[in-house]
Amino acid sequence: MADPMKIRAQLKGDVAEIRVLMSHAMETGQRKDAAGATVPAHFIQSMTIDVGGKRVVDGQVGGSVSRNPVFGFKMKGAKAGDKVVVSWIDNKGEKRTDEAAVA
Amino acid sequence: MKQNIIGALCALAVMGGASAQSPKKPVAKPSTKAAAAPAAEEKDAATLEFEKFRAEMEESNPAELFEMKGQEQWKAKRGPKNVSLAESCDLGQGVGKVEGAYVKMPRYFADADAVMDAERRIVWCMVEKQGFKFDDIAKQPFANETFTPDITNLVTYVATHSRNMKIAVPLDDPKVRDAYEVGKEIAAYRAGPYDFSCNTCHGTDGKRIRMQNLPNLSTPAGAIKGVQGWPGYRMTGGVMLTHQWRMGDCFRQQRFPQPKYASDAVAYLLTYMIGTANGQVYKGPGIKR
Repeated sequence: MADPMKIRAQLKGDVAEIRVLMSHAMETGQRKDAAGATVPAHFIQSMTIDVGGKRVVDGQVGGSVSRNPVFGFKMKGAKAGDKVVVSWIDNKGEKRTDEAAVA
Repeated sequence: MKQNIIGALCALAVMGGASAQSPKKPVAKPSTKAAAAPAAEEKDAATLEFEKFRAEMEESNPAELFEMKGQEQWKAKRGPKNVSLAESCDLGQGVGKVEGAYVKMPRYFADADAVMDAERRIVWCMVEKQGFKFDDIAKQPFANETFTPDITNLVTYVATHSRNMKIAVPLDDPKVRDAYEVGKEIAAYRAGPYDFSCNTCHGTDGKRIRMQNLPNLSTPAGAIKGVQGWPGYRMTGGVMLTHQWRMGDCFRQQRFPQPKYASDAVAYLLTYMIGTANGQVYKGPGIKR
């Protein structure tokens, strides 16, 4: 099973800053291992973020994104205590959902 | 209100160490800087940009992912003896106590009759308390692109709990003082095909490899630079690495044989280095390019 994400959502004035740290190999499928065999592609394909029950991000992610990627977002209109739910699905169908509250 | 949420959402910003990305490039510092003494450091645009990037990354250091795993592993009952480190491992501050433990090591542990740095001590606990086999741990003690050993997670977890604390290696303990002196000797030991010692690169001010300034480890200001940021997340490859690993890497660069994992030699070298940095503030697990 995929490892948990680390989510931080902080209100600065009326802007909430959401930072998501994901644990993922993000293999492009272009690398070769020591034996010369191609390392199969394995990367996050799509991610969503819901804040306070409302979808605010529905995005696509590709193989050019680094291992253990960090995503940062800023949004207006979030309130302290709003639930932030982040999900991703990778090209092998593995998925992970984690949540945090806006602080 | 609800429309605001969607409407005002900013574009997504991707940060990280993918090889295709440009933020890593500012690392190569232009040569203008090299001519001047590093004391009077003139920061060119590229350096400043890189510092900005690093500050940004430090806020969301992927090291946190390893720390989370380390925390789980610290508290979980594991190993043939099925005990947790939290209920059995004394890092010098009492059984299970991690707060401030990292900056007070290396120290002498009577139960093991040895001076141990944090990583060596945790390995000792895993072997003695949890019943793991040392050889199994030492087989692949450091992380690579596809594998991160438990010990690396655990060290990261412990180091996190010394964030923003002053380094305080107990050098007044005669055993630790001895280790410090031996470490100093090791740092000065010249050998290998290039007749290198640690001090060849890290013993005087103003040395550099290519454009990379090298800290002078014999001074507190230099030593802290060699301590800061370890354990660290290396963006190249996305690998979490420990201070023990870094010692081995310097040995490699000197064309020395690799030191034995969790050995006296590495612990003594670390005692010298971290001890020299005493009194300065440790910022916790870092991020390296």
